[in-house]
Amino acid sequence: MPLNTTALTVFVIFFAFVTFIGFASARWKRGDLDQLHEWGLAGGRFGTVITWFLLGGDLYTAYTFVAVPALAFGAGAIAFFAVPYTIIIYPFLFAVFPRLWSVARARGYITAADFVRGRYGDRWLALAVALTGILATMPYIALQLVGLEIVIAAMGVQLAGVLVYLPLIIAFAILAAFDYFAGLRAPAAIAVVKDLMIYVTVFAAIIVIPAEVGGWDKIFASVPQQQLLLADNFGAYTAYGSLFLGSAMALFLYPHSVTGILSSSSRHVIRRNAALLPAYSFLLGLIALLGFMAIAVGVKGMSAYASGFEQFGNNFAVPALILQVFPSWFVGFAFAAIGIGALVPAAIMSIAAANLFTRNIYREFIRPDCDPRTESSMAKRMSLVAKLGALLFIMLLRKEYAINMQLLGGIWIIQTFPAMILGLYTRWLDPKALLVGWAAGMICGTWMAVMTNFAPIYRLDLFGTVVPAYIAIYSVLLNFAVSLVLSLVFNAQAKTRADETIPTDYATETGPGMGH
Amino acid sequence: MNDNREAGNNKHGVLWLLLIPFLVLWVPFYNRIEPTLFGFPFFYWFQLGWIFVSMIVTGYVYYATEPRDKTR
Repeated sequence: MPLNTTALTVFVIFFAFVTFIGFASARWKRGDLDQLHEWGLAGGRFGTVITWFLLGGDLYTAYTFVAVPALAFGAGAIAFFAVPYTIIIYPFLFAVFPRLWSVARARGYITAADFVRGRYGDRWLALAVALTGILATMPYIALQLVGLEIVIAAMGVQLAGVLVYLPLIIAFAILAAFDYFAGLRAPAAIAVVKDLMIYVTVFAAIIVIPAEVGGWDKIFASVPQQQLLLADNFGAYTAYGSLFLGSAMALFLYPHSVTGILSSSSRHVIRRNAALLPAYSFLLGLIALLGFMAIAVGVKGMSAYASGFEQFGNNFAVPALILQVFPSWFVGFAFAAIGIGALVPAAIMSIAAANLFTRNIYREFIRPDCDPRTESSMAKRMSLVAKLGALLFIMLLRKEYAINMQLLGGIWIIQTFPAMILGLYTRWLDPKALLVGWAAGMICGTWMAVMTNFAPIYRLDLFGTVVPAYIAIYSVLLNFAVSLVLSLVFNAQAKTRADETIPTDYATETGPGMGH
Repeated sequence: MNDNREAGNNKHGVLWLLLIPFLVLWVPFYNRIEPTLFGFPFFYWFQLGWIFVSMIVTGYVYYATEPRDKTR
């Protein structure tokens, strides 16, 4: 691909603009950034509108915007699981997560593992939750880089030898710098710009492209007949349903989701956003359809994009579509939207991983006496390490590893569901039982993923009937079963249950504050 | 609100409405082409439309459970 100077110029201008916003955001809703809850949760000051942009920018990542239409492009209807997935997360968010917000505010928790530590009084269960969070997040950060890498290559930036990764390194150096200085305020401020750009790009696409190819019926007609719907059998339904159910159960357990939720200024903000965030689900549905538009426009057969498809596979479908139908300046705008879309979640994820490490590993096991200033500076340095790790991951290992690891990440993170979500309602489960259940789920899920060669669906033989379903669902069911049965056994022997929380903590509107 | 206990019960009852969006788990219901809408097969427009059902339900539950005197 020849260097697209116009697109690249527009891209760089927007990148420079958000860099400026990132640094300037340190002064926004001013707080003492030497306190971890100020750096890592922006003091919990974000109202409805900022939280809407922050969670939208956080949950719908650059990789989502590339991979979901790529799946539609290559596999058809199954890619639409992203829509019901993002439908059912919001009633769940509405009903459950205000409780987490309240108990966190009442007790000064800044991570999910903090809550588990306080609720069960068990540092090992908290460690398991923290490690799972960090492990699931790292490949997710790496995948954001993949999105960025694709759009940079699509603009014709071809560097050789050691310079291949230069654009990525520059982008991540910028990201690391504003993260370090401004903490969560930076991605929150940038998310506003990024989300608006994504909305403009997608609406431009759904207005321009159907008109160009002759209407929506032409677009759907171009999809191979057998891919337009799911196969008409029980197995296809259980696979589809369990895929979106499991993804939905996992989403708000991810550290970056928890960080987004806890940074909001009240439980009402979370509830309000549960009703308002589905606007992004609609956007994601339209983005999935970009994959079908790419089929209709016929980008795969065009020689101009052959090298892109060769290098990035179907993930190149959307960049090729954008290059094909839009003028260069708008290509730059759209690619900047995807590129900046990579920075926002990568920033929040690395902050979330840093919060976990600092609070639940460093302060819990290494330096229990550390003061708030040390804690905050430790987290800042850890957020750099997280980003550097992701960068090395992409530079040294094959991309497929990042994709496989991200699939495993979803299977792993769902194993914290019993401890965290059930823990918001009851203290009946025993922490040791939960820990064994967690380990069982982790081992079973990883084993199934290896067995399927890192495909998400495992075909389990249940009394002679093969039921294909998402591995996360099977493994978390095992986790539930083990946790329940062992809790029955352990509870029969236990005399007391450690629990620093009280029932009213889960409904509090204000609480004494954060980070005490 | 004069009767807190009654208000509490109402709150609790309304929350069950949040299960409506989960009906989307019944996949065979919408895995079909007809009827189409603006060229969209049923599979696609039904799921996109269900987003709005989910928004309306969640929005309704929000207003039904939120204390009236809150302006935040």
